[in-house]
Amino acid sequence: MSKHFGATKALDDVDFICNAGEVHAVLGENGAGKSTLMKLIAGALQPSHGRIRVDGHDVLLTSPQDALQHGLVCMFQELSLVPDLTVRENLLLGAPGAGIGWLRGTGLDTARAVLERIGGADIRMGVRVADLTLPQRQQVEIAKALMKKPRLLILDEATSALNASVVESVFELVREQRDSGTAVLFISHRFHEIEALADRISVFRNGRRVETFKKGDHDYGDIIDMMVGQKIEELFPDKPLTDEDAEVVLDITGFNWDGRVKNVNLSVRRGQIVGLGGLDGQGQGAFLMGLFGLLRKTTGQTAISGRAAELRNPKTAKQQDIALAYIPEDRKTEGLILDQSIRENLELAALGRPDLDATDETLYAPSLEQLALKHGGLGQPVSSLSGGNQQKVVLSKWLAIKPKCLLLADPTRGIDVKTKTQIYAILRQLADQGTAIVLLSTDYEELIQLCDETHVFFDGKIVASLSGDNLTPQNIIAATLNIAQPAQAAHA
Amino acid sequence: MLDYVRSNRREVIAGVVLVVLLAGYIGTHPRGASTYVMTIWANQGLILGLAACAQFFAVVVRGIDLSVGAIMALTNCIASYLLDGSALGIGFGMFAVVAAGAACGLLNGVIIVYGRLQPIVVTLATASIFVGIALLLRPTPGGAINYDLADAITLDVLGIPTALIITGVVIMGFWLPFRRTGLGLGLYALGSSEQAAFQSGINTKFIRLAAFTLAGFFGGLAGLYYSFVTTTGDAGIAPGFTLNSIAAVVLGGVLLRGGVGSLVGALAGAFILKTIASLMFFSGLPSLAQPLFEGMILAAAIAIGGADVLRARNKLEAYS
Repeated sequence: MSKHFGATKALDDVDFICNAGEVHAVLGENGAGKSTLMKLIAGALQPSHGRIRVDGHDVLLTSPQDALQHGLVCMFQELSLVPDLTVRENLLLGAPGAGIGWLRGTGLDTARAVLERIGGADIRMGVRVADLTLPQRQQVEIAKALMKKPRLLILDEATSALNASVVESVFELVREQRDSGTAVLFISHRFHEIEALADRISVFRNGRRVETFKKGDHDYGDIIDMMVGQKIEELFPDKPLTDEDAEVVLDITGFNWDGRVKNVNLSVRRGQIVGLGGLDGQGQGAFLMGLFGLLRKTTGQTAISGRAAELRNPKTAKQQDIALAYIPEDRKTEGLILDQSIRENLELAALGRPDLDATDETLYAPSLEQLALKHGGLGQPVSSLSGGNQQKVVLSKWLAIKPKCLLLADPTRGIDVKTKTQIYAILRQLADQGTAIVLLSTDYEELIQLCDETHVFFDGKIVASLSGDNLTPQNIIAATLNIAQPAQAAHA
Repeated sequence: MLDYVRSNRREVIAGVVLVVLLAGYIGTHPRGASTYVMTIWANQGLILGLAACAQFFAVVVRGIDLSVGAIMALTNCIASYLLDGSALGIGFGMFAVVAAGAACGLLNGVIIVYGRLQPIVVTLATASIFVGIALLLRPTPGGAINYDLADAITLDVLGIPTALIITGVVIMGFWLPFRRTGLGLGLYALGSSEQAAFQSGINTKFIRLAAFTLAGFFGGLAGLYYSFVTTTGDAGIAPGFTLNSIAAVVLGGVLLRGGVGSLVGALAGAFILKTIASLMFFSGLPSLAQPLFEGMILAAAIAIGGADVLRARNKLEAYS
């Protein structure tokens, strides 16, 4: 099977088999052809050459509708929920037996049950999807896929915004589906998730399938080598020794907002990367937004390099005297203007800084080079890039203003391993050069391996501050669930 | 209940505005809430209401229909030839008039969907074509409509204006059930996020085609009802109705970006516009000042609809 986009071969002569009753993980960097393969199976794209066979019969999948009729259900990375409709209406959209006629609401009970099992019991059916948080939308998306009673279920980064305990309950459901004979295709960039769920693993690289093997036949190192085609020595850069007396770059005291962020104190020293963890929606995301001036009526003091700073809006936050940069959670809607060219996007942050000439390529060229942005010309629209490369553009755009303080909201969500290591490396380097870095993450490996200190949020407050030997997965998980442990109580 | 009011607050606002204006109108009118006053008001409201329904179906799928008035003009001219004579002939004529409207809408839809063109351009072109045909049919206003039938449909039943009964039938008999069908849901899905609708296995081409056909169908109904009210055929009515139908859906809380609003809102918006016009006529304000006041009320209504942005504590919500 092949798929060509103009001269680009997204998939090149790939054979791929997925059996009933197994969870088949598909691994590969961004742009390796995984998502293209999934879209072909789901009928969203048509192959340039080749055939798709379901139960031994050739099928022609000209639209997602055809694919649904064959029981091929896909949970896309880009969510398939309609923002202006309610949860109930979204679940009914394209549900089995729902044509253009009267909607009977069959399957809603299944969806409700699924939602309750995966921690979405508080999602009301009458609420507009636009009013839900990103993790809640993913939960609805999962319920919507499962109520279609799939024979082949594709999970394309389906759990990327969900936290560990919800992911575990989703996995339980997926295992049940598998045991009742459903085939599951699973795409994730989190190794521990693949470890937990997969039966077999296929690795893709540059539009080709490199190898398929049983889980356990190869270790992490081997798999990463297969994915990148070359050896990556270390996923995370070494942590330097923390200098306890280093200058405090960012200092926040008594930060409050709307009852959702409560009395948060945080300070970041020169050379430090500070992590923010916690379950979804515990105030850590709002805290970052508030720092960048995106929220109304926040209280508290912020000082940068010892000087008090008032951050009313992003425009003041990015000026030279403050030089704050914020990498938002959703790069497609908040981080980039997809239809504009890569160059125009790169200029956006420096634009409006009187001391910088936004058209000066030397502002962003070094970081582009270090991140090794793969592109077909800076004049191309940024939407032509893969997800990982888009994130590199967002990062370079903000690095152009030489930020004193960099706030990142889950910057590696849905991004391949190689890009992750590049981002980790540049973050560590920036920290060494004196940039204060605050990193919100849903991946606790990042909070442990990359961050010098991690603060865990619960119900709007920091409930634990972990560093050094205290920074362990067990401690983070305990803190996210707000189970106090003696060792931390003293610390927090 | 709270969720329900929240998700329908646009219709609620339009309803409240309408009630207030109507109370003002009845209060200032020398003959008060008589059947006569209400019937004239309802007839005028329903003509624009049906045109607003037509516009609604185009707007909800993130389109716009500039041929609503033209379809009304064309169907009105066809009606002025067909709606007289035997009962059977009139029955066939009414069917033909509405079918002609639906056919015009289908033509719009086919060009938009299969020509992959912008609705605003397509309907601008077809509007000229429809008006052109109407002018060939009726170079000057004229023709006749069966008076008995026209009276039956434009007067009252037991003191209730027939136009209000028809409005009720459109809402209860058509809209509320329609909203619970896959097609009704699909319209909103398409207008709100075409990509999400496609990925959910919705036949987006069919839905868009159906939306424009329904727009034509309601344009035909509006033309038919206009014929009963005026009992003549007139090819020159197109521009006013097209623009007013857009104003009406906006007043009724239908977002021009698609995916938000309802037929009830569109109807309410149309009645609001007509009530303002009548209010102005009887309040002694110079009729030349009417567009000024209509515009101010339009702006105020949109401002109220967007007022919840002020409550948002997250500035990004203002842009979503």
